Amino acid sequence: MKSLARFGTGLSRAATCSLARATTVRALATTATSVHTSSPSAEPVVTPPEGSTISLKSASRDESKFGTRPIYLDVQATSPTDPRVVDKMLEFYTGMYGNPHSSTHAYGWETDKEVEKAREYIAAGIKADPKEIIFTSGATESNNMAIKGVPRFYKKTKKHIITTQTEHKCVLDSARHMQDEGFDVTYLPVNEQGLISLDDLKNAIRKDTILVSVMAVNNEIGVIQPLKEIGQICRDNKIFFHTDAAQAYGKIDIDVNAMNIDLLSISSHKIYGPMGIGAIYIRRRPRVRLDPIITGGGQERGLRSGTLAPPLVAGFGEAARLMQTELEFDKAHITKLSEKLRAGLLSIPSTQLNGSHDPNSQYPGCVNISFAYIEGESLLMALKDIALSSGSACTSASLEPSYVLHALGADDALAHSSIRFGIGRFTTEAEIDYVINAINERVDFLRKMSPLWEMVQEGIDLDSIEWSGH
Amino acid sequence: MTTQREVLSLYKQLLNKAYKFDNYNFREYAKRKITHSFKTNKSVTDGESITQLYNAGIDSLAQLHRQATISGMFTFDKLVVEPLKKHH
Ligand SMILES: Cc1ncc(COP(=O)(O)O)c(C=O)c1O
Repeated sequence: MKSLARFGTGLSRAATCSLARATTVRALATTATSVHTSSPSAEPVVTPPEGSTISLKSASRDESKFGTRPIYLDVQATSPTDPRVVDKMLEFYTGMYGNPHSSTHAYGWETDKEVEKAREYIAAGIKADPKEIIFTSGATESNNMAIKGVPRFYKKTKKHIITTQTEHKCVLDSARHMQDEGFDVTYLPVNEQGLISLDDLKNAIRKDTILVSVMAVNNEIGVIQPLKEIGQICRDNKIFFHTDAAQAYGKIDIDVNAMNIDLLSISSHKIYGPMGIGAIYIRRRPRVRLDPIITGGGQERGLRSGTLAPPLVAGFGEAARLMQTELEFDKAHITKLSEKLRAGLLSIPSTQLNGSHDPNSQYPGCVNISFAYIEGESLLMALKDIALSSGSACTSASLEPSYVLHALGADDALAHSSIRFGIGRFTTEAEIDYVINAINERVDFLRKMSPLWEMVQEGIDLDSIEWSGH
Repeated sequence: MTTQREVLSLYKQLLNKAYKFDNYNFREYAKRKITHSFKTNKSVTDGESITQLYNAGIDSLAQLHRQATISGMFTFDKLVVEPLKKHH
């Protein structure tokens, strides 16, 4: 008889999550001390029961003949800085150190020229005018600026904001702040693929609606919202349309004029640029006005005061330029690897792809898959040789499963068992082959340990069981 | 006028530098990118275009040299997909 105490899902979420965090910390510690040296890989945290014949060790190869650093498949969190970007940035750290706002000497002029060049490259990526690009510290600041700034400016007559349930935390939190300031916020639901309904949007619009904020590409499931259609609805109703394009810029086609986008957030470190910089596009005609969050010397058209960081700006600009020149090459590579990964993982029984099945509404570089009867965290712990992120919000110290997957209608178990695979410019086919193989082995391993899986194999309907303690 | 020999030599030099990246992902990318670029432009016959591409390649070579050197100065553990080189 199966002992119920062995039920993996009975394990408190708190215990699983803190364990996951501890693993991360330990993994980081290893990395920090291991630059220049090589260290033996740590013991896997998940161990088979005593006396078990199944093993986590790969049967197919000799681990000692390979390196220990994990494969990086978390490009939605951040992407490696392109060496061509680093090359550009080094000019500024080695000689071109002028303040771009110093207008009295050559040091200022040369830096200012580079800053404006970067602005042009960034604007070109969304077919905007360079004057409409304002540098910020990242997409979080850009989102804050749009969602707080625009409604605050028009607060005398407008009191309503529309956004979606699957936005990034920085949009949702800014929206909550605006509720505290007396604004009404509508959070649009999404369907099981993660897309909003245009009818819902039309129905949510009120006379005093000032802003609609809908993200372009979702960071967890990679679904692409119908920007053009949303933009048209907003323009027809004279409402400003903001989109968080942190995961979309340079990866999908965006034309701010054709799509009637009024404000758009960009993050540099998601496009192989440096961290700590981003931008917001703010339309000039018809003019979008907003209350700045940071005031002072009046830089960036008075919308974002403070001395610019030319090394970051130029690196960001180069990264944006490369996104355009490399677009086709990157797209072909990422699509190819994405198809291979999806085929290799979805062939595992009881797996499910989260996101849209329509290639026109799905960014291929973000593959989110649920592995039923396995906890995402346990799988991540068993996958220390691959840097991945689970759909759950463990990283933000919250123990709830992913709110994005919940919004799609996924139940707790499914939301907990999902993993996001991020494929980028520097991912190789060998890495994808390794990942497919590793996931197949480990899922099989974890399921063999799972009494739930055993019961499913025996044909027991899990929904028919009455769990004690409920 | 850029000769075929010059182009071939540039291709070899670029690939050579690409192999020198210590970072696995940058190395593999550089190799893939260089091969792809030369393949794509194989059919270019116009002398002026060839010279333009050649000059861009020379700039890339200098950049690749700098970045491969830097990559060699800041090394990290090898990835789990990288075979460890046997010491002689
Ligand atoms: C959709 C989305 N918006 C905003 C952000 C935040 O960007 P940044 O790190 O530049 O503040 C992220 C990154 O996590 C994101 O994925």
